[in-house]
Amino acid sequence: MNSATVRTLLVRGMLAGLGAGVLAFVFAYFVGEGSVDAAIAFEESHAHEHGEELVSRSVQSTAGLATGVLVFGVAIGGIAALAFCFALGRVGRFGARATAALTALAGFLLVYLVPILKYPANPPAVGDPDTLAKRTSLFVLMIALSVLLGTAAVLLGRRLAPAWGNWNASITAGAAFVAVVGVAMAVLPQGDAIPRGFPAADLWEFRLASIGIQAVLWSAFGFLFGYLAERVLEPRAVRGRVATLAA
Amino acid sequence: MAQSTAAPTPTTQILTPLPLRAIAPWAVFVGVLMLVLLYFVGAEQGVTSLVSGEGVHEWVHDARHLLGFPCH
Ligand SMILES: [Zn+2]
Repeated sequence: MNSATVRTLLVRGMLAGLGAGVLAFVFAYFVGEGSVDAAIAFEESHAHEHGEELVSRSVQSTAGLATGVLVFGVAIGGIAALAFCFALGRVGRFGARATAALTALAGFLLVYLVPILKYPANPPAVGDPDTLAKRTSLFVLMIALSVLLGTAAVLLGRRLAPAWGNWNASITAGAAFVAVVGVAMAVLPQGDAIPRGFPAADLWEFRLASIGIQAVLWSAFGFLFGYLAERVLEPRAVRGRVATLAA
Repeated sequence: MAQSTAAPTPTTQILTPLPLRAIAPWAVFVGVLMLVLLYFVGAEQGVTSLVSGEGVHEWVHDARHLLGFPCH
């Protein structure tokens, strides 16, 4: 029965991720594509030898973008649902919706925002293809570090809470996380330099769009999944609010 | 289809943790599957290729950049 609950939550997490992906795609199309086009225009004006175009720009910016963002949404939805199953009833006095919101917030911070503070999102034309292997491993390493240290900080906070109280324990664990992540960022090698002449405003706009896409994705996931998970885990609470819901 | 795992007192909102042995098999199999999906969106045909050619990379190219993955 518990395994069936996990399965139900997992399916709902993936569905919530898909729904969140739709919203993130709409945001990405209207807010993000302009700076991608600007970067590609810069790339082409600098006479990079380009092979034949496999997928046209109009497909890349619509069906291609949608595929990538939706698959990403389903995947992070599934993983976040698993994290939610672990966190439920283990991180404090939170109900299903609050636990879902906190899981989504942790996902946004640990999987995206903290890693990109060190290795920010770059538009086309910025990265050097020769350094892709190094950049990819550093990015994955940064995500892994951030997730591990974030989990450790939560465990530390839970351990300190009985003696120190929730407030002091959370602040101490948060400060310890910031300190250790800060040291890791200082020690890890730099990402690629921005090519000379690349418009700074386009770069800023692109990075802001990227942060916006991830923020839309994770927050929509948190709300959708919280709604769906509560119906599985606390049918009585839902029934209390929705008086018309029978049995 | 919905099973209640809520604590016995109807007034409380505290939820019983799901046992780890119920989560573990899902975490292993579905977790790995989800990571494979992330790999295809974020890194396939970059440094490593499971499918030959450039089609996957080109198709998800804009999402790869905008979601923050390293690309070209
Ligand atoms: Zn690229």
